[in-house]
Amino acid sequence: MVPLSWYLLLSAAVFSIGVFGFLTRRNIIIMFMSIELMLNAVNISLVAFSHYLQDLRGHILVFFIITVAAAEAAIGLAIIIALFRNKNTVHVDEMHEMKG
Amino acid sequence: MEYYLLIPFLPLAAFLINILFGKAFLKDKAHWVAIPAVAVSWVVSVMTMMEVIGGKTLNQNLYTWILSGDFRVSVGFLIDPLTAIMLIVVTTCSTLIHIYSIGYMHGDKGYYRFFSYLSLFTFCMLMLVMANNFMQLYFGWEGVGLCSYFLIGYYFDKKSAADAGKKAFIVNRFGDFGFGIGIFVIFLTFGTTYYDQVFAQAAGFATKSYSFLGYDVHLMTLIALLLFCGSIGKSAQMPLHVWLPDAMEGPTPVSALIHAATMVTAGVFLVARCNPIFSLSETAMIVVALTGAITSLFAATIGLVQNDLKRIIAYSTVSQLGYMFLACGVGAYTAGVFHLYTHAFFKALLFLCAGSVMHAMGGELNIQKMGNLRKFMPVTYWTMLIASLSIAGVPGLAGFFSKDEILWLAYSGASPVGKLVWGMGTLVAFLTAFYSFRLIFLTFHGSFRGTHEQEHHLHESPKSMIIPLMLLCVGAVAAGWVGIPHLVGGGAHFTEFMRPVLGHAEGHGTHSEEWMVMAISVAVGFTGIGLAYFMYMLRPDLPGKLTQQFSGVHRILFNKYYVDELYSAVIIRPTIWIAKNVLIGITDAKIIEAIVNGVPAAIGGFSQQLRRVQTGLMHHYAVFMAMGVLVIAAIMLLRAL
Repeated sequence: MVPLSWYLLLSAAVFSIGVFGFLTRRNIIIMFMSIELMLNAVNISLVAFSHYLQDLRGHILVFFIITVAAAEAAIGLAIIIALFRNKNTVHVDEMHEMKG
Repeated sequence: MEYYLLIPFLPLAAFLINILFGKAFLKDKAHWVAIPAVAVSWVVSVMTMMEVIGGKTLNQNLYTWILSGDFRVSVGFLIDPLTAIMLIVVTTCSTLIHIYSIGYMHGDKGYYRFFSYLSLFTFCMLMLVMANNFMQLYFGWEGVGLCSYFLIGYYFDKKSAADAGKKAFIVNRFGDFGFGIGIFVIFLTFGTTYYDQVFAQAAGFATKSYSFLGYDVHLMTLIALLLFCGSIGKSAQMPLHVWLPDAMEGPTPVSALIHAATMVTAGVFLVARCNPIFSLSETAMIVVALTGAITSLFAATIGLVQNDLKRIIAYSTVSQLGYMFLACGVGAYTAGVFHLYTHAFFKALLFLCAGSVMHAMGGELNIQKMGNLRKFMPVTYWTMLIASLSIAGVPGLAGFFSKDEILWLAYSGASPVGKLVWGMGTLVAFLTAFYSFRLIFLTFHGSFRGTHEQEHHLHESPKSMIIPLMLLCVGAVAAGWVGIPHLVGGGAHFTEFMRPVLGHAEGHGTHSEEWMVMAISVAVGFTGIGLAYFMYMLRPDLPGKLTQQFSGVHRILFNKYYVDELYSAVIIRPTIWIAKNVLIGITDAKIIEAIVNGVPAAIGGFSQQLRRVQTGLMHHYAVFMAMGVLVIAAIMLLRAL
């Protein structure tokens, strides 16, 4: 039987990798993937707690997150393609039109 | 008598029609509206006069204007002998001057505007004289001042005209300030502003006085002097006379109507109307008499040396207005109003003749550049000569009877300064005759001194201008015949007619004294004419020599005693200095603008710093978010501990 703390450590590790990737990488696709990692890290901890507490509400929440993530991926990739067509780049440092 | 309402409201209707439709439709036909309106007004005034002579008077409130607690003001009309005389003066002069303006203003681009203002002026003046309470009087008073401003500045693209308009308005503010306070004091004292109630109560307050800053102020003196402040401004008396000569920048019909015949006499009308108040205060009466006498002498001496045709007549007007106040001040209100009435005719005539001369001379006003105009414009010459004879006090003409009555009542009346002002008045009569005939001789006699081009252009004025001259000339001759004194076999009808309103000034003197006063005034008049003839016809070199001999005196007179310069130094320049250095320099620039500009500048500066946070780079935002999460997590952990 794998103890709960291992799942949580895995979740924290995946989340940290996501955050680190998001903050350090400049390629927007990679950053997007880092966001997916963070979402999935949350999913892992939700499922782990759900199992540990014998409560199905955690599972239900995970399904919602997967659905939203799918929708987000579709829209996000569409935006990235549109952006690439206009800018001819996926490097975020070259996108600073919103400078105040 | 109900039709009396037509008198003021027809000119008002003409004003509205002309101001609304004049520019687009009526244009140079504006007089077709204005003249019938004022002419019907005149007819109704004459009918009203007939009824007043028949003994009817009227005091009617038409409409409640302001109602606030005990304060009640209505648009109301009082028609008594004094009003009736003023109606005749105003509508007669106004009608004739309207007709004259057809010729004089012909072809002017503001023709409709000119006639609409004339109509508005006539309306305001009629409201002023017909009022039955002080508030409506004040309405008319300010209304005529406004029209005066409009019409002096009629040629507003000319700087001197625009300035003269402003000057007239601002100088009048000084007088009207006192007048306004006078009305407040009347309301505080009597609790009403209606003439009949105020005058009925006035005697009851005759001895009442207020303690003010340790002084005992006699109430009636206070009210009378405050009201007289308004008169000083409106009637151009010392020390507020400076606006009237400058007002000559307006078109000549305006000078004739507003600045000679009607508006400027409103001050005299006010004193006459309020005679129950003035008569209760000996101090106020002395002030009125002396102000009148001093102004009269002062303006007449200035008139001696001026060269501007219209300004000479303007100083003559100031001088004659002083005469009217002199009369009121010695208690001879009737004589003052009588002089007002005769003066309106001969002075309006003098101005209209001056306008006719200007018309022929192509706008030239310097009498040194005229001469021998008699040959080219006989009608103007004869009418102006008659007007000058009238003002000089030649027996039989209008000016003689009114002037003689003033001098006699000043001499014989009970006033403590009577003899003094009589002496001054007699001296003024001499000066008046002299400068009037200096004007005539320099303008119409001798040889022409203008340019050849001007001489070629000389012509008599059109019919629309000379017919009013001839009609006014009848007035200048005959207007005085209603007041021929008993002494020379007349009925003194004017005095009898005015007695219910103005009372009767008793002269305490013998017939021989009365003959003597009359003989002196006639003699000084003829001496003045003779001296002018001697100096300007027989010995034309003499004036130049005298000027050299008495160059100091001449310079003072020519520069009008430097009153304008004095005001400029004492009032105008300090005011402008304060405006520039204190109000603009400190209050405006340092305080108001500091707040108005400083607050946005501070916000802007802060924003300039704040906008740097918005780098537009996504990872900066991401770092902020991550750090935010860390901070929140740290707080949570610390609290959990």
